[in-house]
Amino acid sequence: MSGKPRLTYCNGRGRMEPIRWLLAACSRLVFSTDGVLMFQQVPLVEIDGMKMVQTRAILSYIAGKYNLYGKDLKERALIDMYVEGITDLMQMILMFPFSPPEAKEKNLDSIKERATNRYFPVFEKVLKQHGQDFLVGNKFSWADVQLIEAILAVEEKIPAVLSGFPQLQAFKIRMSNMPTIKKFLQPGSPRKPPPDENYRETVLKIFRK
Amino acid sequence: MAGKPKLYYFDGRGKMESIRWLLAAAGVEFEEEFLETREQYEKLLQGGSLLFQQVPMVEIDGMKMVQTRAILSYIAAKYNLYGKDLKERALIDMYVGGTDDLMGFILIFPFLSAEDKEKQHAVIVQKATSRYFPAYEKVLKDHGQDFLVGNSFSWADIHLLEAILMVEEKKSDVLLGFPHSIPTIKKFLEPGSQRKPVPDDKYVETVRRVLHMYHDKKAN
Repeated sequence: MSGKPRLTYCNGRGRMEPIRWLLAACSRLVFSTDGVLMFQQVPLVEIDGMKMVQTRAILSYIAGKYNLYGKDLKERALIDMYVEGITDLMQMILMFPFSPPEAKEKNLDSIKERATNRYFPVFEKVLKQHGQDFLVGNKFSWADVQLIEAILAVEEKIPAVLSGFPQLQAFKIRMSNMPTIKKFLQPGSPRKPPPDENYRETVLKIFRK
Repeated sequence: MAGKPKLYYFDGRGKMESIRWLLAAAGVEFEEEFLETREQYEKLLQGGSLLFQQVPMVEIDGMKMVQTRAILSYIAAKYNLYGKDLKERALIDMYVGGTDDLMGFILIFPFLSAEDKEKQHAVIVQKATSRYFPAYEKVLKDHGQDFLVGNSFSWADIHLLEAILMVEEKKSDVLLGFPHSIPTIKKFLEPGSQRKPVPDDKYVETVRRVLHMYHDKKAN
């Protein structure tokens, strides 16, 4: 089956957002429909005759297919390591709308602490050490897409979060100006807005246990 | 760089166990350094060995790899347990994602309060029998082959077997008729192998001590 990949999800970011980013980064358009859910869960992406679930599996497939996964096994390994680290950070942001009101301030502090003490320093150092434009192999990859998504998501919560990270600031500008990413950042793209109360309620209603 | 992979983790299952399984199933010998004290952990941190300040960490082929999934993917690809093409990889990744989610419920179990443990036990059994096992049952039934993907032994099979056995430890009659006849897996299942036992109080205490993790986890 050729044609555009089809995404099934709630109308918001959640676990589908990194997939939208990656598809956008390789200029594939998206729209939604319904399908069979292997583990009764979304995201679901219908692509190349498969009904794929499991966010990571979907992202890996897209990255592999569109040459965003490095040139060999060792570059893959680096990309995987970086992506997994960023995913851990994004997980905190993903869960944030669903934390109880009294925990929100503490959770926000945790996000700030992790971003500035654990994750951002790693990528700052990587970029500084090799002095190249992209994280791995001097070439645009899934790791770069994941990182720019994370930077923007954290900044939405903590606007000055990049203030100690000049390499990441430059990275952010570079990535934002890449044609496919620039397009994705413009209004009218499939990119979803930050989760609001409406999104939170919809998710809770659908996944009510 | 030659030499055996070296695993850095607690002397127990946790997130490293899937890596032990995969290496064992691939017939790869490995060494282990067990974290027992906070000082050991801090030494690793200060030495810059832990990219995100976390274990598991595996020294392999000149890299200090972290992030369980990255390590597993690398090993699977290196030892030809990752399918023959992108689509088989995709299936393996999907299946492993599911078993990973299932094992996640079990991983957190030793760190829950006594009250939450009881609830979690029910959750584990319910998810296994109504969400995950039926999915794999269907895959095997639909194609009628011995292995999950591409009629060939892969990471997905190893991961599923690991999950089945772990759930079985919680509820003994949950086991399916899954192939135990693969020699390397058989060896890993024998006493004296590097397979770690069910986490006990000593394991929980060690993890808490090394990571300064003195609160109970919350089940999600």
